Parts: sequence; C-alpha cells; structure tokens
Amino acid sequence: MKTIIAFWNILRKDIENYYLKPPNISWGMIFPLSWTLMQLIRSPGNTGISELLPGLMAVSVLFGTTSMLAVTITFERKGRSFDRLLLAPISINTLVFAKILGAVLFGILNAFVPVFFAAFFIDLSGIDWSITVIAVILTAVTSALLGLLIAVSAREVFEAQTFSNFFRFPMLFLCGLFIPVDKLPAVLRPISFCLPLTYGTDILNSMFTGNFMFNTIFNIFVMLIFAALLFYLCQRNIKRKWIL
Amino acid sequence: MEIISVTNLIKKYGEFQAVNGINFSVEQGEVFGFLGPNGAGKTSTINMMVGLSRPSGGRIMIDGIDAIKDIKKVQRMIGVVPDENNLYYEMDGFGNLCFCASLYGMHKAEREKRAGELLEQFNLTEAGKRPFKAYSKGMKRKLTIAAGIIHNPKILFLDEPTTGIDVESARQIRELILDLKNQGKTIFITTHYIEEAERICDRIAFIVNGRIVKMGTVTELMENLEGEHKIKLRSDCSMKDMKGELENSFTDCRVEIPDDNSCLIVSKERIALSPLLQLLDSRGISVYEAKEVKPSLEDVFVKITGIEASKLKNEKGKAGK
Repeated sequence: MKTIIAFWNILRKDIENYYLKPPNISWGMIFPLSWTLMQLIRSPGNTGISELLPGLMAVSVLFGTTSMLAVTITFERKGRSFDRLLLAPISINTLVFAKILGAVLFGILNAFVPVFFAAFFIDLSGIDWSITVIAVILTAVTSALLGLLIAVSAREVFEAQTFSNFFRFPMLFLCGLFIPVDKLPAVLRPISFCLPLTYGTDILNSMFTGNFMFNTIFNIFVMLIFAALLFYLCQRNIKRKWIL
Repeated sequence: MEIISVTNLIKKYGEFQAVNGINFSVEQGEVFGFLGPNGAGKTSTINMMVGLSRPSGGRIMIDGIDAIKDIKKVQRMIGVVPDENNLYYEMDGFGNLCFCASLYGMHKAEREKRAGELLEQFNLTEAGKRPFKAYSKGMKRKLTIAAGIIHNPKILFLDEPTTGIDVESARQIRELILDLKNQGKTIFITTHYIEEAERICDRIAFIVNGRIVKMGTVTELMENLEGEHKIKLRSDCSMKDMKGELENSFTDCRVEIPDDNSCLIVSKERIALSPLLQLLDSRGISVYEAKEVKPSLEDVFVKITGIEASKLKNEKGKAGK
C-alpha cells in the first residue's frame, strides 16, 4: 500500500508539474495538429488521410514521450530534487515505472490528437481500435524507455535534448514513415529493423491502410522484446550512473 | 546503544580516494558531528550512509541493518537533509511537504496534518502557500529540514544545515536540532562551523583528507590542550618590541603578539602576574587588562589538523552565528 501511495504521488506530481503545464499541453496539441494540417495541405482532398494517420500518430508519440521524459528527469537531477526520489524507501523499478507512466500517458494522448481531427474528414469506424491502442501503447512505452535511457546518460537539459534529436530524426526517416522500408537502400534496411518504431508504424499502417510488412502478432512480440531490452538497459545504467 | 556503526569505509572516484578507511559509531539519541573543511569527505560519507552513493569498501550498519545490502529498509527510518535544497521549485511549501510524506507511504489526511504542524513549527504557515522558488535562503533551508523529518525518522542526517543562511534562521535550526535530540532522535551532522559543532554535538570527529584524525566528546578533545596556560595582556602602548625581552626574562614562557597593543603569554606552568607587570611597568607600559584565555575547540582543531579555523569558516558563505 505504501508503495502504491508513493507511486501514485510521483505520477501525479509529474502530470501536474510537467505534463499539464500550458506550454506542454500546447506542445502536445500543436505539434500533432501542425503535422496533420501540413500533410492535409500537401495532399488536398481526403484521399491521403488514412495513409498519413499512422505516421502522424507515431511521430506524435515519439516526440511527446522521448522529449518529456529525458528533459524532466535531467531537470530534476540537475536541481537535486531527483535525490529526494532516490532517498525514498521505494525500489528503483517503482520509481522508473512511475516516471515512465506519465510520459506514456502523455504520448498516448498526443497520438490521438491527429485521430480526433481526422475523424471530421474520414470514416474511422472500420478500424480495429483495440490493436491500434496496443500499438500506440507499445510505441509510447518503447519511446519513453528510450527517453529514460537518454536521461540516464545526459547531465544537462541541453544534452538530453541533443541526444533525443540524435536518435529521433534518423528514426523518423528509417522506420518506414516517409519511405517504405522495402524502398530504403539495402545498407539502411538492417538499421530500420533495429528500431522499435518500425514495428509500431507497421501495426498502425496495417490498421489504417491494410499495408504491412509483418503480421500484427509478430510486430507486438518484437516490440515487447524491445521494451524488455530497453528496460533492462535503463535499469542497469540507472544503478551505474545514478547511485555513484 | 550503538545505532550506527561504520567500519573501514572507503570511497574512491577513479584514482582519487575521497574517504579513506574511516571507522566510527554513533550511539542512539546522540548528536554526532563531522567537522572538516571542504573536500574532507563529509558529504561522501553521508551519501554512502543514506544510499546516494555506493561505497568502494567497508561496512555500514544502521540499527542492525546492513545499509549497503538493504538500503531501502534503512531509508524507511532515516531522514536526510542534503547540503543543497532539493525540493521542487514550482510547488508550494505545503505541496512539497505533502509530496515528501507520500514517498514514505503516508496517507493524505496524515500527511496534510503533519505538513501543517511542521509549517507552524518552522513559522512558515503563511509561506506554505507560496512556491518554493519564492522563499528566502533561510526559509528554503527550514522547509528542506521539515521535509527531512516529515515521516518522523529515527535517525536524521544533516549535511551542513546552517551554511549560507541568516543568523535568526541558523539559530532556529540549532534549536530544532537540540529539540529533536530531546525527543530521542539520533542526529548525524556535518559542519565546518566549529562553534556550531561545539554547541550542539555530544561527540565530534575531525575529518581531513578522507581520514578521521580525532574523535571524542568536546571535553575529551579539549584534553589535548590541557596543561597549557595562556594570559592575554592589553595596554595603551605598543607591546611589539617587548616580545624578546619578555621571552628572555621568563624563559619557560612563549610570547605571541596578536596585535600591537596586546601580548599573549603561553606557559606549561601557571603564570605569576606580578613579575610580568613589574617588568612592563619598568619599561613604561601600563597594563590595564590581564585575562586568562581558556582553550577552545577551535584551538584543538587547529592544533590537530593544522588547518586555520578562519579558513574553515570562510569556505562556504557566511552562516549565522
């Protein structure tokens, strides 16, 4: 019970202090909205929206979760308030889960901003929402863990932002969002298969367009493996770098 | 009863050894002070004891629990006030205290009641509604201490609690420490203010370059200077030129001239005043004040460590004394 109280209050503190702050709400809304409008202007008519939606959702999750977690943790560590969490009688795993969950929820909300606007233009009734939500959750979890991995390595907030971009932008171009993976140069394709976002995007593509590389079960399985691997790496690095 | 026991504790950062095989123990209910200059190893030692840093070697037992193997159990019973304020700048005082209480699993009603009590105790009730970033240095320090004791810990670790704050806040904090001691809490405090250590600690360890060079009660530490008698003489005239003549006439004495109008006579024997005054009078120097100088903890520290106390004081801001 004591752990649950601590877990919930860390999560609530992060949501109130960071995620519900006006700049972040506007970032969470405006960023996906801008992408959506940009793509709609580029492709007039409603024909391309279903093709655009998976990419917009994936990009919204990726940018929302990685930035927020990497920046907030680095910010707290720099201000020493993170020490207060490390001094609390809760396990590192509880602390990590609480920190990640805030970013994951933020990422999920971001993902559904483009869906909300798209619903005014196209019929989304045929979509399998349960699989779509699973894909969004797994994409948010892997992106949040990536953000955590960055936070563990960065000492300054600007370092966290730089590291985040170093990972995110190549991911955008290699995960099949803009260029399908099978059309990428052969030398880049193996890198594409090493990115969790590739599999999340593939599930979303299959839901909205019917095009996919791998079947959904395989994609979910691979993303779970990525999540477990990233969690292990985060846990190992936290023990090495946070408790010096 | 021994509540903290540290054996051969070592901390290395690469080639640099911050803590060099120290040993000490703290009795339940006592105020134990770590006194030393910056970089002596005080914060490194505290960080290892509370779980913010991993020792390179040695053993730490807190209330019978191995603090290296089972730090989360230890963290339930300890409160920590670090050398820098570590609360959330955007949150108000009340919110900060409630959040810290929640980390120890305290229920909403319980943590709100306790936060209110502590704000009142620290004269921060009004400020409790303001964000932490709007607090003065002294208020920030007091709230950080309140956050450290919100869960009513058995042992409190205070890392330089009065550094850089105003006189009144420092006095309140010292009173609070003594109040906590009276409640039976064990307190481990680091400081580089000798007078503070002398005033509030039951036992003190001098730490220099990662090693404990001396440890004991204030009385025990003072024994180091026993047998040395000092008399300070003051005059309207300059006493600078008398040093040689005084030392020649009183061969068992050492003479120091702290300023132009005074001299300090140091001897292993009790000092007879009459011959001294007669000699000075015959040279036209009228002494209008003669007083015995009692040794202080500062003298002991200087003698043992070779570090001047003024250097120690000036290292980090100005504390209210």
